[in-house]
Amino acid sequence: MKINGRVISKGRAEGEALVSNEAISFLGEVDTKTGVVTNPKHQLFKKSIAGKILVFPRGRGSTVGSYAMYQLKKNGNAPKAIVNEEAEVIVAVGAIISEIPMVDKLERKGFRLIKNGSKVVVDGNKGVVEVLK
Amino acid sequence: MHLTREEQDILNGEHGAAAAKSMEILLAVGKIFGAEKLVPVTSAQISGVSYKTVGDAGLEFLENFAKDGRVKIPSYLNPCGMDIEEWREIGFPKDFAKKQMKIIKAYQKMGVETTCTCAPYLINILPKRGEHIAWSESSAVIFANSALGAKTNRESGISALAAAIVGKTPYFGYHLDENRVAGLVVNVRAKLEDISDFGALGIYAGAIAKQRVVAFDGIETVTVDEVKALGAALAASGAVALFFIKGITDEWKTAGKPEKIEFGGRELKETKESLNSSKDAELVAIGCPHCSLEEIKEIAEKVRGKKLKRKLWVCTARKIKTKADKLGLTRIIEGAGGRVVSDTCMVVSPLEEMGFKRTAVNSGKAAHYLPSFCKQKVLFGSLKDILE
Repeated sequence: MKINGRVISKGRAEGEALVSNEAISFLGEVDTKTGVVTNPKHQLFKKSIAGKILVFPRGRGSTVGSYAMYQLKKNGNAPKAIVNEEAEVIVAVGAIISEIPMVDKLERKGFRLIKNGSKVVVDGNKGVVEVLK
Repeated sequence: MHLTREEQDILNGEHGAAAAKSMEILLAVGKIFGAEKLVPVTSAQISGVSYKTVGDAGLEFLENFAKDGRVKIPSYLNPCGMDIEEWREIGFPKDFAKKQMKIIKAYQKMGVETTCTCAPYLINILPKRGEHIAWSESSAVIFANSALGAKTNRESGISALAAAIVGKTPYFGYHLDENRVAGLVVNVRAKLEDISDFGALGIYAGAIAKQRVVAFDGIETVTVDEVKALGAALAASGAVALFFIKGITDEWKTAGKPEKIEFGGRELKETKESLNSSKDAELVAIGCPHCSLEEIKEIAEKVRGKKLKRKLWVCTARKIKTKADKLGLTRIIEGAGGRVVSDTCMVVSPLEEMGFKRTAVNSGKAAHYLPSFCKQKVLFGSLKDILE
């Protein structure tokens, strides 16, 4: 199933979806040394976002969060790609400087069609998300 | 978003990797906020300079970006985390200084002027009315929009750097006249007698305004330093980017049915109390935003011939310190046991690492940020109060 969306950050990646219904702040909520979510109140607490296709509604928090994403990438713990319901600036800029492919605003409520563990291809060059299974 | 041929070329990497990344950033920001195009800007003011705020991740990013990133327009730096020349004497940690200098060098390599001030308008960087600019320090943004009539959004440090490299920024928000309209009108009944009163007004109104434009009615006269203090506080407790003062600012436009509130003596007193968390302090820090020469003169007059029992930092731009040196003001302040500190301020310096626990300020913005940014208890009061 191919779903059209909007290009935020270029690049293409394939991987397993990790889905959160809650917003994420990369500053203070994710350990950049491990990629594990450290906020006990977050739905993804203790889960690692490293190497996943991270699917969440939107980012939040301080603008320094963009740099935290860059640090995750440098440490090899960044998500392979990001899908947002609707992007905001901190995660969008973080994805671009960290070269993490990112797409948002999927057609026909496509955001809700991606399930935890689904195999997903994110094409940040064309703005297309493909759910394989 | 509509891109010109040249903008498309930049995006495709024909002007280098950093320029391509910068264009990608500007496009993403523009898309998110519904901009139709980019608009040329005449200057950029870039935050994200202190090692304390950007950390190792910021440093690595900036060094990588500086490989081929070069600014296209006059671009200026926000304060960094220390006095670049006198950090040893003032007591900044050596490891911090080393990392800080790497950040400064990366910006220098990109062609950014190392002004290291949050108040560039005090050192003759004065965009004209209607000029589009890309500034990021929130107190400088609000001053440029409100007092100078220039046009800028609250850029992030990274988007301002991207704008500096491309020479453009997305055309939305406060670049458009239709958005320069106040949604909150504040009727000021309190008597505002000191910088700290203007700071308290800003903190109070900003928290209610959130992202809206604020219009003040009932302020009869103001100095540049009072406008600076008011705007900085508004932009700290709220995400305010523009305000009007009736009869004083050239711009004044309110929405059809704006929310209306009052700021009387009680609100002033309660706000000032809410910003106070200490009765004493080890350090008195003045200059958030950076002190003007007039403020330094006033401080020098007050401390002349005295021996202060608290440490005193007077934070300012290096260019202004040079003037203060020539006028003998620095010597007077040093004679009383104080220091004129350049390139940094109490909020972005590592105060907590330097052994300070309680800081006295006359700035609403500093009083708002010091507890969370620097783990300080705050004594907030007038210049006279905190120097005594």
